[in-house]
Amino acid sequence: MTKEAILAGIRRGLKRDALPEDQAAMLRARLQGHPRQLIPARSRVGRPELVALFVANLEREFATVSRVPDNAEIPGAVAEYLAGQNLPTELVVAPHPELRAIPWDTRPLLHLREGRAEGTDQVSLQQAFAAIAETGTLMLPSAPERPTTINLLADTEIVILRTSRLVGPYEEAWDLLRAENHDALSGGFMPRNVMLVTGPSRSADIEQTLELGAHGPRRLHVVLVEDDPAAR
Amino acid sequence: MLTTSPAFKENATRAIANAGLQKALANSRPQFMARRAKAIANLPEFEQLRDIGRDIKNHTIANLDFYLEAWEANAKRAGAEVHWCSTADDARAAVLEICRAAGARTVTKGKSMISEELAINDHLERNGIRPIETDLGEYIIQLRHEHPSHIIAPAFHLNREDWEEQFRKSHTDLPGDRVFHERRDILTEARTKLRQSFLAADVGITGANFLIAETGSSVIVTNEGNGDLTQTLPRVHIVLASIEKMVPTLEDATSMLRLLARSATGQDFSVYTTFSTGVRRAGDLDGPEQYHVVLIDNGRTSMIGTDFQDMLRCIRCAACMNHCPVYGAVGGHAYGWVYPGPMGSVLTPSLIGVDKAGHLPNASTFCGKCESVCPVKIPLPRMMRNWREREFERHLTPATMRRNLGLWAWFAQRPALYRLATRIAAKTLGMMGGKKGRFHWLPLASGWTDGRDLPAPEGETFFARYAREQRR
Repeated sequence: MTKEAILAGIRRGLKRDALPEDQAAMLRARLQGHPRQLIPARSRVGRPELVALFVANLEREFATVSRVPDNAEIPGAVAEYLAGQNLPTELVVAPHPELRAIPWDTRPLLHLREGRAEGTDQVSLQQAFAAIAETGTLMLPSAPERPTTINLLADTEIVILRTSRLVGPYEEAWDLLRAENHDALSGGFMPRNVMLVTGPSRSADIEQTLELGAHGPRRLHVVLVEDDPAAR
Repeated sequence: MLTTSPAFKENATRAIANAGLQKALANSRPQFMARRAKAIANLPEFEQLRDIGRDIKNHTIANLDFYLEAWEANAKRAGAEVHWCSTADDARAAVLEICRAAGARTVTKGKSMISEELAINDHLERNGIRPIETDLGEYIIQLRHEHPSHIIAPAFHLNREDWEEQFRKSHTDLPGDRVFHERRDILTEARTKLRQSFLAADVGITGANFLIAETGSSVIVTNEGNGDLTQTLPRVHIVLASIEKMVPTLEDATSMLRLLARSATGQDFSVYTTFSTGVRRAGDLDGPEQYHVVLIDNGRTSMIGTDFQDMLRCIRCAACMNHCPVYGAVGGHAYGWVYPGPMGSVLTPSLIGVDKAGHLPNASTFCGKCESVCPVKIPLPRMMRNWREREFERHLTPATMRRNLGLWAWFAQRPALYRLATRIAAKTLGMMGGKKGRFHWLPLASGWTDGRDLPAPEGETFFARYAREQRR
């Protein structure tokens, strides 16, 4: 069998047989414990500074941000952003309970359709699971209420992020996923897909010169809901 | 893939005379180097992270059998089908079988160097399945029937006018007199063209930057989002991954990712870093119904336990070629196979044989820049030297070179004679070099002096000078 041949080839190179049980147990414990390596100091700051770091990194990566105090202000911020960019007011929206709880009827001109995105959608709206200040990165794990196509197919993606879901380094975001996500199929915590998104789509394949708007969204806009009193 | 590595010298001569290539190299390389330097200056812990990256990969390779099995068990729990393949032939057959079972007519592809190693596109086409490259650089390479000239920027050798010309030639449904005002217009045209392919494809093939044992995941890193569209929209996702892509945990992958983008494009983080684990879940509105991982050896296991084991740490960032004076002079195609630059000069002889690729480890000035920028500290110059030794031992080195090396060795083993001979030579050549201190021409040295001047010795040997300084 090919698998056995490859494993045997590896062991031949390493000049040993399959690992003895005590060593295998140590490696299993390492997988279970998933120790952290060095974490850069840049994200070890207070909550208000963490928000500032996140926003600075996000903007450096060509995303835009509007900041609102609570749910009531989200529809206005979305409508204002779309009007400012001269974009249509039809949105495909992830069927997420937190997005449903937003009082959209205060802005009757916004037309929302729940579901996955299609190739014809111009604007999409997503709910962030968490965000990583270290590099201005959104964590978007797939789920029935958070389709992956929402992150990919529209020209413009708007993401709702609560400051209470902002962490410093990636490691803390992984721990949130470990603690909060249960995957029924595998019995673990990883959903089918986890996207870490840092800014809008781009390419530098033509003469190594950066151009925005390759195959994914041309624009990425984050509506930051400042629900964390410690971060204000 | 057909290799022209044995013709490296002829390839290099042609490359140096190719004005378009030289323009592209002069334009692009300084940008890569400056961006990396800036990103690293911005992360004080980068040097420590390089040690950590090296250690994670060493640990993984030392326990690769264990981690492969742990990864497989976790991947299967999430609905993955794993196909173990010893050779490129096995892997091509596995991919074709999956595509046939899916009734595939078109296949979209994310950028993957292992797929170049397998020459999977040719194989699919021969069997009536149309592969469509979706990374912008790979897309134009496919239109031009070329191979990538760089491992992260496949169209490194092309200039803007090449893009415009090719798009006019290939996209015949569009008006021939259309104007590309900016680079963005080229990008937009490719986006529109490829969007239809993404939506129509039956199978999506991507590579993998990492496999994660803890979760059974595969990871891809892109800036365009093409890899994500490739793996999200079709019913079937195939991952091509060589066995050394493994890391133990998400934390280990995270440390490697802190190194990867900074070393590659000089970004802090790529735009899309995506972790795939198995098939579409109950209730999910999108994602593939089948998730296959074709796990490929193709020569890796035979590097373990040899002088070249450290090469298996490579994370394919391309920092070594971006900083290499030889790559900078001849570009990627001259190397004649999939992997160019210093990492290619070490890896290619391992994978296709030193008899075919012996020129590559000789194409080095041993300046050491590659090792100094490698995010996982691979001793590339040492391994190139190891290949030269193997080549010599196997009598693959040209006869004149062997004879001259023999002559040098004879002198070197007789220190008194050696010092006398070098003292005379240094003095004579130093005088002949005159005030300018260099030669336009010298007997038997035309290989050097045809292209540039040869610096003349300063009249004193190293030994003589060392002895003089010691006496002070």
